[in-house]
Amino acid sequence: MSHTDVPRSGGFPATRHSVIERIRDADPEARREAFGDLVEGYWKPLYKYLRITWRLDSEDARDLTQAFFADAFQKSWLERFEPGKARFRTFVRMCADRFAMNMRQSASRLKRGGGAQTISLDFDGAEREVVALHRTTQPEPEEFFHQEFVRSLFEKTVEELRSEYAAGGRDVYFIVFEKYDLAPSEAVSYAEIARECNLTPAQVTNYLAHVRRRFRERALATLSGLCGSEQEFRREARELFGVEI
Amino acid sequence: MTGLSDAAVRRLKTVGNWPEFPTGRYAALQEIGRGGMGTIYLARDEELGREVAIKIPNALASSVMDRRLQSEARALASLEHPGIVPIHDAGRLADGRIFYVMKRLEGRTLDEYLDSVADIGERLRVFERLCDPVAFAHARGIVHRDLKPENVMVGAFGEVMVLDWGLATNVGEQGDTGSVIGTRGFMAPEQARGEAIDERADVYALGAILFLLLTDVPPGSGRDTAAALAARQVPRPLRAICAKALSPDANARYRSVREVGEDVARYRAGGAVQAHRETLLEKAVRVGRAYRTAILLVLGYILMRTLVALWAGW
Repeated sequence: MSHTDVPRSGGFPATRHSVIERIRDADPEARREAFGDLVEGYWKPLYKYLRITWRLDSEDARDLTQAFFADAFQKSWLERFEPGKARFRTFVRMCADRFAMNMRQSASRLKRGGGAQTISLDFDGAEREVVALHRTTQPEPEEFFHQEFVRSLFEKTVEELRSEYAAGGRDVYFIVFEKYDLAPSEAVSYAEIARECNLTPAQVTNYLAHVRRRFRERALATLSGLCGSEQEFRREARELFGVEI
Repeated sequence: MTGLSDAAVRRLKTVGNWPEFPTGRYAALQEIGRGGMGTIYLARDEELGREVAIKIPNALASSVMDRRLQSEARALASLEHPGIVPIHDAGRLADGRIFYVMKRLEGRTLDEYLDSVADIGERLRVFERLCDPVAFAHARGIVHRDLKPENVMVGAFGEVMVLDWGLATNVGEQGDTGSVIGTRGFMAPEQARGEAIDERADVYALGAILFLLLTDVPPGSGRDTAAALAARQVPRPLRAICAKALSPDANARYRSVREVGEDVARYRAGGAVQAHRETLLEKAVRVGRAYRTAILLVLGYILMRTLVALWAGW
């Protein structure tokens, strides 16, 4: 495919309703789906947060993460979020702190499995990432949670992009992106990637531009579904990519 | 997949908004400035093999921001002056946003310049030079609307450039309807009220810049202007120039930027300024200072003749 085939788009993300609107939906199926998105967006940063900031061992952090979301779904306490008071992400973290504190105080309830409904999550993968963090100092809680939230958002977006380009028979777009942006190194040049992938440097430029644009669109679309309000989403988008929505 | 590294996350944050030029002519190298409306990147022009500066709006798919940037590019293209950054090219990014390419400037913004230059005479020279491009734009019917130290650059050879014409509008226009745009402290009262403005709004902003040059205090920081100038022992003619340019009533201000520049030039040359009616004593002191050498020579000559006459009388 030549670079002239690259479609143009406006770059404006397909925004979704805020997570709060969606988990308050009267339709149980819509609510369940919204909660699934919420778990997908927040479980990994939360697990890492419990491992690093609360210094829980892997098993306790897994159980607590599972129990936290199960309890939140059953008792609907995340729905009490008030957008004017804090960011939704901060609210989730503070709820997790309170939940972890309560669990620690009534330690008997934090037994393996805990009786909570089990959600299938890749804790082994998350644990490998925790080990790879090599933290020597205790991070500032909000900063750490935010950093891991962004990492998780980007990982999800990258995986979606990989599938999207594979499904469209344009794997080479993603390969160029992977080589240049996911393994950043001063040594890699457009010319080198062009040689490796049998492309022209102009094609590398345009493929990269295409995937980066899709990356931004998808990341912002996911982010909009994980924020507590439209205003919060705009602020997060500005902080994340420096863009005004 | 395994988690993204910190370096990859940092890079993805950057490339998520990294400008990509469909023609491949330009390659963004680094972000060098960011304002509320747009971001400026240092870029390489591959065709001509030189570095340029490229401005891009921050907002995605915003017709308002695109229109503003386009209007800025057109304003710049119509203003060919050594004190106004020249524009080379304009186009659209791969994501549809407008961009324009301008000369890469090297120098310090006026606020950075003030940190290293304390001499008032030198500061007034910069101010005088600053008035030139603004007056030039006014002569072509364009009002800057956002003159402030961050939008003025002083080059290595003392050249002064006016930047960021993003809010520029035609004389008498209101700009963006219903919105107040400008910078507090440097914005004329009529502009802050959202009224139609003319070149006297820029006169006010230049008055605010002059105030900063004379006092090192940002205007509008709560202190009475006259008191602040007096406290710094700023000479009366300069105080008067400042007060006239900063008059809340546009009709009481200088009618044009050229007049402000000329008054400052007169002061620097030791002449009487238009904004200040001087007393006889002040006039004598000014003339005395201006013609000090000549007066000393004449006095010396008179003294010598007197001494010779006295000697001859004995």
